[in-house]
Amino acid sequence: MAKKLMKGAEAIGEAAIRAGCRHYFGYPITPQSEIAEYLSRRMPEVGGVFLQAESEVAASNMLFGAAATGTRVMTSSSSPGISLMAEAFSYMVGAEVPAVVVNAMRGGPGLGGILPSQSDYFQATKANGHGDVHFIVLAPASLQESVEHVMMAFPLAEKYRNPVMIVADGLVVQMMESVDFDIVETTDPPDVEDWAATGTKGRRERNLVKSLFLDPLGLEEHNRKLRRKYDEMEENEVRYEEVLIEDDTKLVAVAYGTTSRVVRSVVEELRGEGYPVGLFRPITLYPFAYDRLREISKRDSVKGFMSIEMSTGQMIYDVRLAVQDLKPVGFFGRQGGIIPTPDDVRKAMLQELEKLGG
Amino acid sequence: MPNVIIDKDRCKGCELCVHACPQKVLEMSKDLNVKGYFYSKPVHPHKCIGCTMCAMMCPDTAIKVEVYGTRYRYFAY
Amino acid sequence: MVTIFTRPDSMFDTPTHYCPGCTHGVAHRLVAEVIDELGIKDKTVGVAPVGCAVLIYNYMNTDFVEGSHGRAPASATGIKRSRPDLVVYTYQGDGDLASIGAAEIVHAANRGEKITVVFINNAIYGMTGGQMAPTTLPGQKTTTSPKGRDVNHIGYPIRMAELLATLKTPGYIVRSSLHDPYHIAMAKKAIKQAFIYQLEGKAFSMVELLSTCPTNWGMTPYQATQWLKENMLQYYPLGVFKTPEDE
Repeated sequence: MAKKLMKGAEAIGEAAIRAGCRHYFGYPITPQSEIAEYLSRRMPEVGGVFLQAESEVAASNMLFGAAATGTRVMTSSSSPGISLMAEAFSYMVGAEVPAVVVNAMRGGPGLGGILPSQSDYFQATKANGHGDVHFIVLAPASLQESVEHVMMAFPLAEKYRNPVMIVADGLVVQMMESVDFDIVETTDPPDVEDWAATGTKGRRERNLVKSLFLDPLGLEEHNRKLRRKYDEMEENEVRYEEVLIEDDTKLVAVAYGTTSRVVRSVVEELRGEGYPVGLFRPITLYPFAYDRLREISKRDSVKGFMSIEMSTGQMIYDVRLAVQDLKPVGFFGRQGGIIPTPDDVRKAMLQELEKLGG
Repeated sequence: MPNVIIDKDRCKGCELCVHACPQKVLEMSKDLNVKGYFYSKPVHPHKCIGCTMCAMMCPDTAIKVEVYGTRYRYFAY
Repeated sequence: MVTIFTRPDSMFDTPTHYCPGCTHGVAHRLVAEVIDELGIKDKTVGVAPVGCAVLIYNYMNTDFVEGSHGRAPASATGIKRSRPDLVVYTYQGDGDLASIGAAEIVHAANRGEKITVVFINNAIYGMTGGQMAPTTLPGQKTTTSPKGRDVNHIGYPIRMAELLATLKTPGYIVRSSLHDPYHIAMAKKAIKQAFIYQLEGKAFSMVELLSTCPTNWGMTPYQATQWLKENMLQYYPLGVFKTPEDE
């Protein structure tokens, strides 16, 4: 298929269908209600199920129920809704079921606003639910990448039997861009008979999808098993992109999602003017590219890092964890749903560069 | 002829079967089972009419009822 | 020799963790007997609640999903919508269904989900140690209503069956009791009918079962059945509140 101009929400919905997802449970919330609207039209066309739940709490528990049968299933929401879904998210990690969640982040805390934000970074990467819980977290910067992330999220979730979250900020979901769905290969869902609640059919032991382990040793064992999965994710699933990080790069900006697009254009512009700057763009927020950032920080040419976010500074903690005290880590961010302009970023980066001694 | 069989080590001694039995077949034992409960036992088995009410009332599926010869059904269950 | 009463096939022989005289065991057995009689063990998926009965999956030999507190009807919705060929039921207590999960049960019923809900109403929170439930009777003493439920302070107990029966969406809503063999037989009939409606793809079904909690009520098991009979039956009348055939 040729490239197609689409709205973000619709491209994400269509990508899910292309990936073989036939079940969607959700609840309207700005700025991503169009995902639900699109799927309410499309799902019946492909013989799938679209169901509008009574709340995000219910939607996420429906997601859990469908996922417990090994069905490819997705939900989407935005920040306040994601908080409500955290309950089921924790159960899903505990019960080891795969599912895909899209978070179109908006400004917080509380009701906050409805404009794009990246202030759910902590929640997405460290606190998707109570207990020792991690999701693989993908942060697309374009619609094409959103499509690719949605399509690869299903097999990823199935591989680890763990939910995968796509954090697309409100802008990615609301803007229009051209997308090509044929780039990503689709896969068939794996056999789930060894764990899913699909009815015993008289041919095997019954399956139990649960997260309760009353025996402390049993729970510890379960926690360790989950930890081994996280270790495997950290080993195999780290994704990032480097832009103009070369032998002479002095200042490395770290940004993801929408912000990374602004920073990329600034970095390219500054490079053209001879400033030694580069961009490091984490694509997976969990697992985070600690090792690669650490490697970069060891270079003599690199004098400092700068985390640029639409928050008051959340990813910066991970950048600092990677860099530790080897090099200073600066910060620039806008909040409240304001996307930093190239001028803002340019000024901040030049200032930072000056601090690092030209 | 009906026969009530009580798995005494499953019994938790709640006595619900004793009250359910219309024929006063069951009584509580004077000794303890492995769980430490006084368990229910058929002390007048010849009075049993095989109504199964004791077993229906038992929360622990500890009671089994068998019938030799004619089986009478007293109600739908 | 014929065995006329024994443990149903759909139950493991694991002894339950319930207190002596707790009617959860009876309710489990009734569900298992119905599953056996309808021959649906191989395609049944249960959804466990949070509360004493969370461990129901240790006793029932079918696939099981353990839901979060009160959300069993939502999880059951997800299961049934993704696999309509399965028979899906939830087993929930009164704290789970009538309190924290009030939204989920109302909307599952209102959507007409083809699931069966077994609702255990024992007028108290069992697992957490005898606190007041939304179904606790006026004046009933619990650990969080030490002077008895004050309806001016906390309102009257919720009658879930009546509440759900007001919905326009077709459904099968029944209240039965487990305090004596006669009512247990009636309860089984209701549970069976509830599963039959699901198998026919007809309607949402809920069977509320008045149950006892001797430990937290502070009574012997037999006293508890009598207390249920004398007190709960007044406030929670038994009967069929709605059938899919109703207008």
